[in-house]
Amino acid sequence: MKLPLHALAHARSGDKGDVSNVSLIACRAEAWETLAREVTEARVRASFRHLGATRVTRHDLPNLQAFNFVIEGTLGGGVNRSLGLDRHGKTLSYLLLEMEIEADPALLPEGSPYAPG
Amino acid sequence: MTTVHIGCGAGFAGDRFDAAGPVIADLARREGPRFLMFECLAERTLALAQGEKRRDPQRGWSPFLDRYLAPHLGPALAAGVRIVSNLGAANPLGAARRVQALARELGLPPIRVAALEGDDLRETHSDAEIRALPVLDGAEVLHQPLLAANAYLGARPVAEALATGADVVLVGRTTDSALALGPLIHAHGWDPEDLGRMAAGTLAGHLLECGAQVTGAYFADPGFKDVPDLAHVGFPIAAIAPDGTLTLGKPAATGGRVDRATVTEQILYEMHDPAAYLTPDCTLDVTALRLTEPEPDRVVLSGARGRPPPDTLKATVCVEDGWLGEAEISYAGPNAYARARLAAEVVATRLHERNLAPALDIVGAGASHDRGDLARTDARGLRGDGDYRVRAALRAPDRDTAALAVEEITALYCSGPAAGGGVRGGTTPQVATASVLVRPEAVAPRITVVGPGGAEDRR
Repeated sequence: MKLPLHALAHARSGDKGDVSNVSLIACRAEAWETLAREVTEARVRASFRHLGATRVTRHDLPNLQAFNFVIEGTLGGGVNRSLGLDRHGKTLSYLLLEMEIEADPALLPEGSPYAPG
Repeated sequence: MTTVHIGCGAGFAGDRFDAAGPVIADLARREGPRFLMFECLAERTLALAQGEKRRDPQRGWSPFLDRYLAPHLGPALAAGVRIVSNLGAANPLGAARRVQALARELGLPPIRVAALEGDDLRETHSDAEIRALPVLDGAEVLHQPLLAANAYLGARPVAEALATGADVVLVGRTTDSALALGPLIHAHGWDPEDLGRMAAGTLAGHLLECGAQVTGAYFADPGFKDVPDLAHVGFPIAAIAPDGTLTLGKPAATGGRVDRATVTEQILYEMHDPAAYLTPDCTLDVTALRLTEPEPDRVVLSGARGRPPPDTLKATVCVEDGWLGEAEISYAGPNAYARARLAAEVVATRLHERNLAPALDIVGAGASHDRGDLARTDARGLRGDGDYRVRAALRAPDRDTAALAVEEITALYCSGPAAGGGVRGGTTPQVATASVLVRPEAVAPRITVVGPGGAEDRR
């Protein structure tokens, strides 16, 4: 079924200059492979393109059941130059978590509000 | 087997001034070398402090020094906990003298405070020489008036400052992780050439440097990631074994949580390539880290790998960058979105007529994620009713022009759509940064001890 990443993973964003990095961490280790298949660099770039994203690099960390997305050009010039409200891009982790992917509901954490029925 | 304990009392300049209290109380019950770090030095804080130092060479330390240290200096000293902090900002020696005076004012016994200086490139380089250094990023702003240029010192000089026996070590610009790795090199006697241990200590610093971000803060998402008693979130304490194995926890009877989820988020915070996190002490690789959760609110980490550090030091150059004007106004109730949208159009029209390029957002409708892309905000298909704020932001070389954003939003009170209220706004001077590379031999750290037996013995 279609599920937002918010149902399967958690995330944190950080900034350095005009580069945002957003980690994506599977709530359950079993979900990592699905995330690896679905959350591609191209899809993340599409989600951040309106903010100016030029290049997205995904680093895989199976040891941490995580990924690290390095998203370049997305902070409106960076914390010191941006005209945006959120100059650090602190809120961008939840822009990533909005992305919908195709996933088995069996991968949802126990008691998830996203569970069907 | 000695274990070294390092707590964190602040993760950024605006952090909670009372957070260190429970950390010190917990450290007081532990044995072995114990340290408390305060990380409080943002680029902007340093640039402002440099400005203050230029006006008065006796000043230029962090404006938060007294707020962070006054409540905690006595308890830390009484517990044998040594303090390491970048509250020295642009003037670590001035800060050391101030902490001496603070100890006297608090009626504490005489203390020794070590100041680590040498990070300020403007002591040894002309502005032209700084601009001629190899540029990592920000070349486009380097021609603007310089405010500060500071190299990131590593952990070795921090360890050397601790070797003086000082109760408190104040630094200016070092890597944040050096505030933990320095104490580890000193207390464990680690060889700085031992890259595995440098990696373990750098990881400890990386996890501690943002305070409660590793213990359940910047994390809570009710119903998905619940955090107990976030109002009293406990700040982190790391126990580091001689082999570098790191046990992370937090003080008893505090809020927050320490587990795989909170720690993993912080491992990757502000990291680019997880196999190559660059510091002057080592290149840290976290791709083979192992995490275990032996008991509640405790995470054990091992497997940090280290490779040689880059052969240059990074320095941050801060320059003047004009002014930012920002203001907001609220629209609420029936058809509020349309009235907010009209207000944004009015402001945009009037500023465009002056050939200015403001950003306009509707707060409550996508300002954070759409960043000025109002067509995208429109496409969210929001209900017309609601409670929205129109925000205008404008950059300009001069304050008066930047203030036009504030003036145009304010004018909406009488000259805008129906029922606009709650205007707030203002102008702030802006600081831009560039990163340059400097040869390590061009930077000479120096340590001065203030207090009994030090170079500045003021008994």
